[in-house]
Amino acid sequence: MDAAVQVTDLVKRYPGRSANAVDGLSFTVRRGEIFGLLGPNGAGKTTTIGVLTTRVLPTSGRAEVAGVDVAADPVTARSRLSVVPQRPNLDRALTARQNLVFHAAYHGIGRAERNRRADALLDQLGLADRGGDKVDAYSGGMAQRLLIARALMHAPQVVFLDEPSTGLDPAARLFVWDRVRELRDGGVTVVITTHDMDEAAALSDRVGIMDHGRLLALDTPAALTRSLPGSATLDIDVGRAAEDTDEAVLAALSALPQAERVERVTDAAGLRARLYLSGDAAALVGPVSDALSARGAHLTGVRIGEPSLEDVFLSLTGRELR
Amino acid sequence: MSADTATPGLLRGAGVPPAGRPDVARAFRALLWRDVFVTGRELVPFLLQVVLQPVFLLFVFGKVLVELGFASDGYSDVLLPGVIALTAFLTALQNTAFPLVIDFSYTKEIEDRLLAPLPTALVAVEKIVFAVLRALVAAAVMFPISWWVLGSLPLTWSDLPFLTLFLVLGSLVGAAVGMTVGTFVTPNRINVVFAVVLTPLLFTGSTQFPWQQLDSLRWFQVVCALNPLTYVSEALRSQMAPGVPHLPLWLCAVALAGFLSVFAAASLVGFRRRALD
Repeated sequence: MDAAVQVTDLVKRYPGRSANAVDGLSFTVRRGEIFGLLGPNGAGKTTTIGVLTTRVLPTSGRAEVAGVDVAADPVTARSRLSVVPQRPNLDRALTARQNLVFHAAYHGIGRAERNRRADALLDQLGLADRGGDKVDAYSGGMAQRLLIARALMHAPQVVFLDEPSTGLDPAARLFVWDRVRELRDGGVTVVITTHDMDEAAALSDRVGIMDHGRLLALDTPAALTRSLPGSATLDIDVGRAAEDTDEAVLAALSALPQAERVERVTDAAGLRARLYLSGDAAALVGPVSDALSARGAHLTGVRIGEPSLEDVFLSLTGRELR
Repeated sequence: MSADTATPGLLRGAGVPPAGRPDVARAFRALLWRDVFVTGRELVPFLLQVVLQPVFLLFVFGKVLVELGFASDGYSDVLLPGVIALTAFLTALQNTAFPLVIDFSYTKEIEDRLLAPLPTALVAVEKIVFAVLRALVAAAVMFPISWWVLGSLPLTWSDLPFLTLFLVLGSLVGAAVGMTVGTFVTPNRINVVFAVVLTPLLFTGSTQFPWQQLDSLRWFQVVCALNPLTYVSEALRSQMAPGVPHLPLWLCAVALAGFLSVFAAASLVGFRRRALD
């Protein structure tokens, strides 16, 4: 069995709503990969993760985590998955270390083993000297690390992380990313949901983008950005001939076959144009230069912009606020 | 896989399928142990919280008013069983209602337990069992305090089995009522609902008077008959003050069992509604 998560025709409709929150969703997360689930607010990510983590009952369809049908056997599924929530939900009546130990006790891990694991994980996550503190005294970054430690106490096969680095400082964020990669390297499957496109691109082996309860795209971040037409850009600064006009120069650039669209960048001092391309940006520098020379103009600056996951995301889900 | 390269501690044992199905009974015991552990460390604040009100009730009505001649000597016999019933019932009720509202709506601390490998309904049952334990501790503490306040305790060892039975039954009903309120009421209304629910419960539970002697106030007698606390008070009174008119034990048992089945079902539905979408 290679699938860590298998979602088939999943539908979730909340009572009293006219539209399905999740609307016929199917995807597979492979064992031992980091899978990023992206989507705008209200896209159905949280509901999907809710179903997978046994907290939301599906209306129809099937969802399996670590080979267990989450709707039919939530108890076994809970023993094989764990959740790192976006908002800390640590047990504030307990110390940090007790949070870990009690979590393991809920999962039936023996006393000696849970103590050993708690100490090892506190050490791994840089909390060894703060294990006896009440979690109220923890900073946001420490709480996030403790949540990760807690999620690992019962040795889950699939870990779900919701916005793992929201609100963390850059060092803490890199620390969390490194731990997530270590998990993957240790054979644990990681599913993250995030709005942070840099995080998704940096961490995920594959990314699924969803909206309106459906999956719009699923591939590696590199393949997704490659697939996006007109998102590689070439910014050029132009010194034009005195008798020429800016409009005529822009029109000439638009006539280049590889340029899908040309627009003027208005915040520049001189004439700066941005070309949206279908192909490789670097290969177009020559033709652009030739076209300008033919009009007695010349290139004074060039900058290549590669498309990002954010461009892919926006092109699929649109720019309107919701 | 490079399982032991960078940080073995983070990875050791992770991703390995656990053998067989999880041990549900063990998970249940661990949840209960967590609650006992936390309360055990805060035993004194807990006891102050739950016994202060009944102690004052007992002192003012059972001692001060009697001393001043406004109530007769026999009144403390009527009052004491009622106050102990009240202590158990309300302690159980408050221990399921308030924490659940806070847990589900604000801190979400209960989420880790909802993700423990046991059916969701058992997480609710654990909360009820624990509330009953707290209620029994509170009721037990009331006995020596009552003896100290009133100077005597109308109780023999042979009363203990029935007292325990009805205190357990009463606490179960109280906990189920509390969970029903805690899971059906929205958090912004909980203060209002509590005032509206708690005060009538306090004064219509036949704790300060024997129910049967309400004959002359028929409408109030009917209202009191709808309060489960009435049957706990009456049952305790039949043991601790058999000379005072009281409802028969079997009737109290049947009524409490009826309330329990209704509120247990409602509380489980409410809990499931809050725990699962």
